[in-house]
Amino acid sequence: MSTAVATIGNTQIERSPSHTATIYLKEAKYEFLKNLRLRVYTISVITFPLMFYVLFGLVLNAKDAINGTSVPTYLIATYGTFGVMGASLFGTASGLASDRGLGWIQVKRASPMPPFAYFVAKIILSMIFSSIVVALLMVLGMAFGGVRLPVSKGVELLGTLVAGSLPFSAMGLAIGYFAGPNSAPAAINLIYLPLSFCSGLWVPYMFLPKLVRQIALALPPYHLSQLALGVVGAGRHEAASTHWEVLIAFTLICLGVARIGFQRDQGKLYG
Amino acid sequence: MIATLEETQNLRQVSPSPVVASLQSVCKNYGEVRALRNVNFSVHAGQVVALLGPNGAGKTTAVKLLLGLLQPNSGKARVFGADPTNPQTRMRAGAMLQVGKVPETLKVREHIDLFSSYYTNPLPLADVLAAAGLEKLSDRKFGDLSGGQRQRTLFALAICGNPDLLFLDEPTVGLDVEARRALWEEIRRLVDCGKTVLLTTHYLEEADALADRIAVINQGEIIAEGTPAEIKSQTSGKRIRCITELSLTALLQIPGVASARQDREAVEIHTGEAELVIRALLTRDPTLSGLEITSAGLEEAFLSLTRDNGENAA
Repeated sequence: MSTAVATIGNTQIERSPSHTATIYLKEAKYEFLKNLRLRVYTISVITFPLMFYVLFGLVLNAKDAINGTSVPTYLIATYGTFGVMGASLFGTASGLASDRGLGWIQVKRASPMPPFAYFVAKIILSMIFSSIVVALLMVLGMAFGGVRLPVSKGVELLGTLVAGSLPFSAMGLAIGYFAGPNSAPAAINLIYLPLSFCSGLWVPYMFLPKLVRQIALALPPYHLSQLALGVVGAGRHEAASTHWEVLIAFTLICLGVARIGFQRDQGKLYG
Repeated sequence: MIATLEETQNLRQVSPSPVVASLQSVCKNYGEVRALRNVNFSVHAGQVVALLGPNGAGKTTAVKLLLGLLQPNSGKARVFGADPTNPQTRMRAGAMLQVGKVPETLKVREHIDLFSSYYTNPLPLADVLAAAGLEKLSDRKFGDLSGGQRQRTLFALAICGNPDLLFLDEPTVGLDVEARRALWEEIRRLVDCGKTVLLTTHYLEEADALADRIAVINQGEIIAEGTPAEIKSQTSGKRIRCITELSLTALLQIPGVASARQDREAVEIHTGEAELVIRALLTRDPTLSGLEITSAGLEEAFLSLTRDNGENAA
């Protein structure tokens, strides 16, 4: 007995490009709202960099200078890097780890959601929060630290740092694919905090011990902070292209690791 | 006019509705564990099919294969004639899975809005809320919902795209009786509109109440398949309940008694020869009271099927 099989052939359902764009926008919008309402996220990502900046840049050392750049100006670049790194890592890694571990990602994958939209939304989230942190640092610096930045420099600094959120979003994806839902925040902090210190984001680079200064040259946050410092005129006069190359290479490595994690998830499911 | 044999045969060939989802000779292993063993299973359009089995039987694995979340080790999963990972397939299907986490800071209507956006012809929000009984909860954050309300939200996400095929994995877990019946009503209404439903459950009553066809699965194999009546008829017999002085050992010695167990103050006896057993009981125990005789329900059929299928002796 042959039974007919209901096929898709006769009714091809196509999404128009504008429909697909709407999906990406909604995915990003709800990713943003979801994290905005998570106090844990907003506080750690925005409040901590601002707190450190106010303490070390505005309350203490406000009148000092590092190699000709005022401390409040210098620290916008370094704490800006710190903030961007945190926004990106926490924005991608912890969400991804818990979505994976607790089954939500399977619900999304079973739906017609374009898989890429999920990742793009997380990256956009990281960029938005990165912008917010950097903008707030600049406002604080200009209002209370006597920082004088021409508009073009301000925009360039913001753009540099927000572009710099991409390598750390990639890093977050890599971490998120290998961390468990409960251990992800701890794993992120274990990597994020030492990395920040050794890259000269808290104690300025020239005051770090010699060995640490040598290690820093291999660390992506060091390179991003040097790019940011270069914008405000406090860099070490190295070629910007070197820094970008390191960041791009780092991004590609992280995306590779994330892809392995993604396929391992599939493989786990393959048994 | 008398229909010819040929015409009748043609009719019978045309009338079974098309297959919308199937597993064809599927094997699926997780390392050493054989979750599904050479399973053949199909769902026809416009039916409610229940995959019934105890926990760990392989029901969720079967659903995940049909959703394209897993790939079979051998055999094929087909939905609407294509591979389940085909995005076209996903646009015509909706799924309700058992999940540990749903983003808690988003509101019910925000979740529905996002999932609806994935489909080309979603239902209006008001309709989805009404169907899932969530009208008053649309602005509530998911984290503020009770267990039953969360289940209903997951149901809303499954139906919001107006899919032709619905996968429901243990849909009424955690729902109280009223909510469960309301969901059953809703499922029946969807099927009346022409949708197809594959549901998994370990609630026998649910399978009995909803399904046109039941496939009983245990330890990765389909051990019985048919309408609820056909499955029930696979265990013949009656259930006799009474309060008696006779011990269980004495009861088991009565010819015709298949099994006996204590149930609070009474005993429950299963037998294929009810009249014989009743006569023996009444003779041996004049003080017998509280006598009830019922047909073996789906529960008995299921237990005996899975017991026979397992390695344990009855």
